Amino acid sequence: MPHDGSGPTTRANWSPYDNNGGTVLAVAGEDYVVCAADTRMSTGYNILTRDYKKIDQMSDKCVLASAGFMADAVTLKKTLKARCTTYEFQNDKPMGCVSFAQMLSNTLYYRRFFPYYTFNIVAGLDAEGKGAVFTYDAVGSYERTNYSCQGSGQGLIMPVLDNQLKTVSPLVLPAQSSATPLSESEAVDLVKDCFATAGERDIYTGDTVEIWIINKDGVRKEYQELKLD
Amino acid sequence: MAALKLDYSVLDAPQRATDRIEADCAREIHGDVHAQNFKLPMVENYDEFQREVVDYVKPNHGTTTLGFIFEHGVVIAVDSRASQGPYISSQTVKKVIEINPYLLGTMAGGAADCQFWQRNLGIQCRLHELENGKRISVAGASKLLANTLYGYRGQGLSMGTMVAGWDLKGPGLYYVDSDGTRLKGQRFSVGSGSLFAYGVLDQGYRWDLSVEEACELGRRAIYHATFRDAFSGGTISVYHVNENGWTKVSGTDVGELHFEYYPADPVENPEGGKGAGGGKDKDAAGDAMES
Repeated sequence: MPHDGSGPTTRANWSPYDNNGGTVLAVAGEDYVVCAADTRMSTGYNILTRDYKKIDQMSDKCVLASAGFMADAVTLKKTLKARCTTYEFQNDKPMGCVSFAQMLSNTLYYRRFFPYYTFNIVAGLDAEGKGAVFTYDAVGSYERTNYSCQGSGQGLIMPVLDNQLKTVSPLVLPAQSSATPLSESEAVDLVKDCFATAGERDIYTGDTVEIWIINKDGVRKEYQELKLD
Repeated sequence: MAALKLDYSVLDAPQRATDRIEADCAREIHGDVHAQNFKLPMVENYDEFQREVVDYVKPNHGTTTLGFIFEHGVVIAVDSRASQGPYISSQTVKKVIEINPYLLGTMAGGAADCQFWQRNLGIQCRLHELENGKRISVAGASKLLANTLYGYRGQGLSMGTMVAGWDLKGPGLYYVDSDGTRLKGQRFSVGSGSLFAYGVLDQGYRWDLSVEEACELGRRAIYHATFRDAFSGGTISVYHVNENGWTKVSGTDVGELHFEYYPADPVENPEGGKGAGGGKDKDAAGDAMES
């Protein structure tokens, strides 16, 4: 639709965005992936709900966690879920995690001039069963990493993850192993610590942490209570 | 009696949705990305809306990249940092896009813009191969990208790229940006740290550099850009292109390179060994505490 005034409605001062806060985080291991998000949803200084799930399962071994503007996140997830379902019917297999990651990038970029105000992390197992984390900006630039954190607690949690998990860059030649040096239970404990810490200093992070753990046995969920203040 | 005529069209809706998704996918496969696929906001002041959006979503930015032609082919060197304002969002960005075994693209500016349109260029180049039975020239590839970007001129894309490779005419290097500029050249540097890189590159460049010397020059130029430009850093990747296609020559952490270029010298310490000055200061501090 052209934006020359010939469209249905044109408004001079139209602000379509809000920031609902919240933190999402994921850690990939050799044969598992942990994805976590708090369940607080706020606007300004008001807490709207203490029980909002930011993580959704998109296909067999792939989840999407979104922070930012929840109305956009809901719309985005609805579109992606529909495409995953269509894909599964047409190809008789669930969409792989790596394919899903590329699809999300394209979906975000097609809104380049009117972006979804969402900050996403895709977590899942790749075709070889290895943990995979993909991290995005709002307009679809993405990268596969071993760990990532986005949303209001990013600035508090990312330095902790770097300190605990940073390995040799995958760009370095000759190539060196850059796998996460943690077991699954250690990774879950680290994730819990990260959220407890962020909850102390970020007003938009709190209430409960929902933790998804994906490994060869399937998908499992854990919950950790955070402070409600 | 026309009362019992039922409207079944709602049942068709899911089918129509499926068709639309398929049509979207087909367009993507054919590299045929038109403006009507991009949803636009209906606002009076589009430019102001774009400025607000950029302020909100803070897309990834910042870079130093360089490329030059010399006797033995083309060298491409890039850093790997991406930032969103003052926050470093990644130190492991792959800024060289491997379009095909004979073509490389570099990215500076908006990370999403570069990733998306270079991937789109890859699709267009492959289709050219399939249609014509031979590889696309560097000139052709860069012109495909320039034409695509010119179509979006003034809409806020932010890209400064180089397309480098080897074709029937030998080595090729083009600069293409989101204003629609397309330049053929022997030496380019693009990004926030490009001026620092140019300083080193222009000073050290010769046509008859050996491959090792050329790669070292590229690496050193990017290193000095990471040293002076806050938006550049991470790992320096160096690529070399010759008649057999491209190879990645090196990937080096900037932290390690620093000590290669400026070795730590443990011997010279003008304050060391005397101890008197330090002791005197300590006493002074002690006096202050007592009084």
